[in-house]
Amino acid sequence: MPLLDVRNLSTSFHLRSGIVRAAQNISLTLEKGETLGIVGESGSGKSVTCYSILQLIPQPPGRIESGEVLFEGRDLLKLSESEMRSIRGKRISMIFQDPMTSLNPYLRISTQLIEAIRVHDNMDEDAALKKAITALEEVGIPDAASRVRSYPHEFSGGMRQRVMIAMALVNDPDLLIADEPTTALDVTVQAQVLDIIKERQRRLGTAVILVTHDLGVVAGTCDKVQVMYAGQVVESGTTDQVFYNPQHAYTRSLQKAIPSLQAKNEALYTIAGTPPDLSKPVLGCAFYPRCPFPKVKDQDGPAPELTELSGGHCVRDCGYCDRTKPIETVLAQDVVAEETP
Amino acid sequence: MSSAQTDLREDFLVLDNVTQHFDLGRHLFSRKSKGVVKAVDGISLTIKQGEILGIVGESGCGKTTLSRTIMQLLRPTSGQIFLEGKELSALSDADIRAERINFQMIFQDPYASLNPRLTVFTTLSEAIGRRHPDLRGEDLRARVIELMRTVGLNPAQMNRYPHEFSGGQRQRVAIARALAPEPKLVIADEPVSALDVSIQSQILNLLKRLSSEMGLTMIFVSHDLSVVRYIADRIAVMYRGQIIEMGTAEAIVDDPRHIYTQALMSAIPQPDPKLERERERILLEDEPPGARKAEDDLEVAELEEVVPGHFVSTRSFDRRVKVAADA
Repeated sequence: MPLLDVRNLSTSFHLRSGIVRAAQNISLTLEKGETLGIVGESGSGKSVTCYSILQLIPQPPGRIESGEVLFEGRDLLKLSESEMRSIRGKRISMIFQDPMTSLNPYLRISTQLIEAIRVHDNMDEDAALKKAITALEEVGIPDAASRVRSYPHEFSGGMRQRVMIAMALVNDPDLLIADEPTTALDVTVQAQVLDIIKERQRRLGTAVILVTHDLGVVAGTCDKVQVMYAGQVVESGTTDQVFYNPQHAYTRSLQKAIPSLQAKNEALYTIAGTPPDLSKPVLGCAFYPRCPFPKVKDQDGPAPELTELSGGHCVRDCGYCDRTKPIETVLAQDVVAEETP
Repeated sequence: MSSAQTDLREDFLVLDNVTQHFDLGRHLFSRKSKGVVKAVDGISLTIKQGEILGIVGESGCGKTTLSRTIMQLLRPTSGQIFLEGKELSALSDADIRAERINFQMIFQDPYASLNPRLTVFTTLSEAIGRRHPDLRGEDLRARVIELMRTVGLNPAQMNRYPHEFSGGQRQRVAIARALAPEPKLVIADEPVSALDVSIQSQILNLLKRLSSEMGLTMIFVSHDLSVVRYIADRIAVMYRGQIIEMGTAEAIVDDPRHIYTQALMSAIPQPDPKLERERERILLEDEPPGARKAEDDLEVAELEEVVPGHFVSTRSFDRRVKVAADA
């Protein structure tokens, strides 16, 4: 039995302007000790998926329409709020993108860490403080015994993100969901933060879901990848499958758009157009209007299904475009494409 | 000095030993000084007309302070700054205000740097009015339309407010606003860090095209060497308020000489799982990469020219280094 088994999870937001289908039919599995990367543009439904797993979606306007979130075989969607509270922060914890806004600026780090410990563990304050200091030492905060008394503003951005990680890991969760944990950080600090997560994983077998838009981070940390576009998973598989044999047009465009892979004097490859409006139903392939490949037939049928190619490598293959040629021969004209706002 | 002076005037922007120190004040009772933060410490560099200079470094290394000093938003503690031969650092405050029309900035966060209550038209026409106060009516409108086209925005959207645009479009509005007063120098401070990969490349393409078409001189500040490599002609790597290595973008990326530049390079994750598994990392001993205080005064950086045009600091490096091959 996998640690986490999400089946056909759909979340939407019922707004005055219409129903926004933020995540549709998301399925994923995660074993103990594994790392899953979720990649995609902003608005592709990466964060909504994570928030839905933990039921942190504000309801209303949000609504989890269908699906199951099986954590060790138990469906989290059927649990009461108080049962859910005993899982959040204890069995599954989350690191948010912005360490500046997710720590309370009025409270000392010690207060916040002790609270996180004592919510789940009936220990006295001194023992909790000791545990908090150990947690800070484990994420590499120097002089933790005195730093624990500091306020969030007394830490640098990287240190604050370490505090967040310490807080997320203090109860030894089985699953850690990290939503863009390094996006706001310098490359050097990013490397350190990822090392801390990896080290922890090696030692305790924590499973990790890493949400990011940086394919470099995924390549270095994840075992499996899911590529999301317009609220759907368009491709999933092992990191090697997705990086070396990308099938979906979106995955291939995304890979092509990384600046570090491009020659200096050529214009950078950009994906033309903008993501679709999710408040309108998407017909056929959601990526069709932006797809760089030559079209073989018109977009007519229903949305293509996610089908398995080989050994767990799944793709939402639409069959509307011809993806036999490499993208660079398809696209030399992209300076023009850039100008379409 | 006089011959050096004439040399200085030939370049577009010249910084000569510029420092920016912040006094931390005194303790309440003992009146002892709390020290001085040397955010920018003896920086000399030149930028040619039409050149893009990339400034790279970790947060806290002084790159933003340096750009604010160049803009004269902060007057330098010492040193001289020349723009087209005119010494900015010697001008009076009133003259600086008049001169500031020649510098424009593009900031990281287009959500925060645009006034949410002004339409694109108002924002741009206000900025145009700084250079051409007499421009009115149709002429002004024509100029706004032209600007919006230049940055790839649809002029039909000129009466919209910033919140009606996506992040990438908003950054385009910010770029249009920076170009409106026809500046001589544009400083872009992490202009793409907050954007998605695909939008990032759109904005980089735009900046690069603008610089080649309009001969725009630009300072591009970022912590991401892979982005700077693409856009900049030359790169200066900053560490603790000093330039530690400077050279052409290719030289810095392909042949980094200073251990700090090498460490920065090795920290960039490669979007290739096999390379990632083998990637050798140079780890620097942890230390707040903040600015220098007076107490730990180190020798002032001397830059040595290792290859023509490629300068490396001779300053001893004070962070311990270890090499790790891990995935």
